[in-house]
Amino acid sequence: MSPRLARALIHGLLIGGTLVALFPLLWMLSVSFMQPGAASALPPPLWPAHATLGNYRVLFLRAGMGRYLLNSLLVASAITLLSLACNLMAGYAFAKLRFAGRERLLRVLLGALVIPAQVAMLPLFLLLKTIGLVDSYAGVIVPAMASVYGIFLVRQYTRGIPDELLEAARIDGAGEWRIFSQIVLPLLKPVMVTLAIFSFLAAWNDFMWPLIVLTGQGHYTLPLGLASLAREHAQDSELMMAGSVITVLPVLLLFLAMQRYYLEGLLLGSVKG
Amino acid sequence: MNASRAAWLFLAPALLVLGIFFLLPVIGALGLSLTDYDLYALADIHNLRFVALHNYLALLQRPLFWSALGHTVYFVAVGVPLSMLTSLGAALLLNSPLARCKPFFRTALFAPVVTTVVAMAVIWRYLFNTKYGIANFVLGQLGLHPIDWLGDPHWAMPTIILFAVWKNFGYNMIIFLAGLQAIPPELYEAARIDGASAWRQLRHITLPLLGPTLLMVSILTVAGYFQLFAEPYVMTEGGPLQSTTSVLYLMYDEGFQWWNLGSASAVAFLLFVIMFAVTVAMLRLARRGASFEGDAA
Repeated sequence: MSPRLARALIHGLLIGGTLVALFPLLWMLSVSFMQPGAASALPPPLWPAHATLGNYRVLFLRAGMGRYLLNSLLVASAITLLSLACNLMAGYAFAKLRFAGRERLLRVLLGALVIPAQVAMLPLFLLLKTIGLVDSYAGVIVPAMASVYGIFLVRQYTRGIPDELLEAARIDGAGEWRIFSQIVLPLLKPVMVTLAIFSFLAAWNDFMWPLIVLTGQGHYTLPLGLASLAREHAQDSELMMAGSVITVLPVLLLFLAMQRYYLEGLLLGSVKG
Repeated sequence: MNASRAAWLFLAPALLVLGIFFLLPVIGALGLSLTDYDLYALADIHNLRFVALHNYLALLQRPLFWSALGHTVYFVAVGVPLSMLTSLGAALLLNSPLARCKPFFRTALFAPVVTTVVAMAVIWRYLFNTKYGIANFVLGQLGLHPIDWLGDPHWAMPTIILFAVWKNFGYNMIIFLAGLQAIPPELYEAARIDGASAWRQLRHITLPLLGPTLLMVSILTVAGYFQLFAEPYVMTEGGPLQSTTSVLYLMYDEGFQWWNLGSASAVAFLLFVIMFAVTVAMLRLARRGASFEGDAA
């Protein structure tokens, strides 16, 4: 095969793949601006004939989408901040502090990764019911406040910090908390950003656990709100596409703005692990 | 302050969260699966009885459990190879020295991964609508008969598999791409001088050197695909004729629709055992394959 033909073939495949990957997203955006019922036509229209913001208006004014959006922001932000705090501290301890049974404890935690999260969900529901956290923001947030994966990611990154730096501070009489907060944390900024994006996206997109623990619509996050709307309004494709845009756009923009950190973190957690 | 005490203080918040909200419930799930915990026990705990392995035995005799397991295995067995082939193909294209605008293509192909499953599943429901969906319109243009994608028991699962491949292939693509970039270019150089075709370079350089990555990725992907839930929940509600009811869908239904928490815990544990067995089998198979190649060389 000649190099020119090979180049044309490679680019043809890449462009084709990109079209397939992006088409549903672009179609969603386009249909979300169509008049109610306009998308149900043959041939399927690709472009709104009379663009309107009406679907978004209906969602925010009548379907409670604003509430779901705020709930999602609140839950995902809280999970991000709290899990960041827990994972950074624990990951640092595993990387730099000496204590009996450190390696064994880490092995136990990593071993626990083979257990699918859903195994814990039924008793967890009963536990949260007992302490009164079912159908509350805390019910979604609290179980996600630490993750083995996050701890491991921080540990891998922190091991790159030279021990001499910490020893020098210790000799100068700095306490452990000061060493962590003033010397280590500033050096961990890249992994903090990575971990924050990961936690936020995971919390935003999570579906099964919120579906179980949030029993009333008042605390619904966007995916739950959208799923329940999709069951009520199965025929209103334009409305549902606007709902999908509201659900997806924040995370898509976050990813586009921060993709360098996201992709680096993805490799840090897998290949180099 | 002694170092060991400091370490435990740093660990305490994370270990407490993981211990109370993960480890404890996992142990609880094992206990729960040995009881007849149901709506009556939920109302009054005195109605709870120990039933030993009854939940497991009952499940193994229920056709619905076997069909849910069958659908899940179908999804894994077809979906994982298809996903990995797509990921590998995309990574090879992106890694080609001939390709231009790589960052753009990489971002575009990865975009579906960061999107919300529920929202994308809603979109696909319309794209694969029998009457107005684009999928059937394209089939019509090609002179083919329309397909009742999500309404026909034979087509619903393949449609969900297509969706999962579209949604997930970008993730493994990035990992494969990193693996490909770690292969020294001199190897290809030497192969080209020896006159090896592109196909032989792929077969004898790329794939063997990518071996460990392939194994890790396939194990993680299999584990992820066994946890099928949101897609059928949104796209088909487990139907038509329960043809897309997965094991987790069954667990959710049993536990949170019918409140048979004991039986649902048994479902969860069986899924865990099956996933564990499959992972071990894959590792064994890979080890035997590796020693075979070692013998041959």
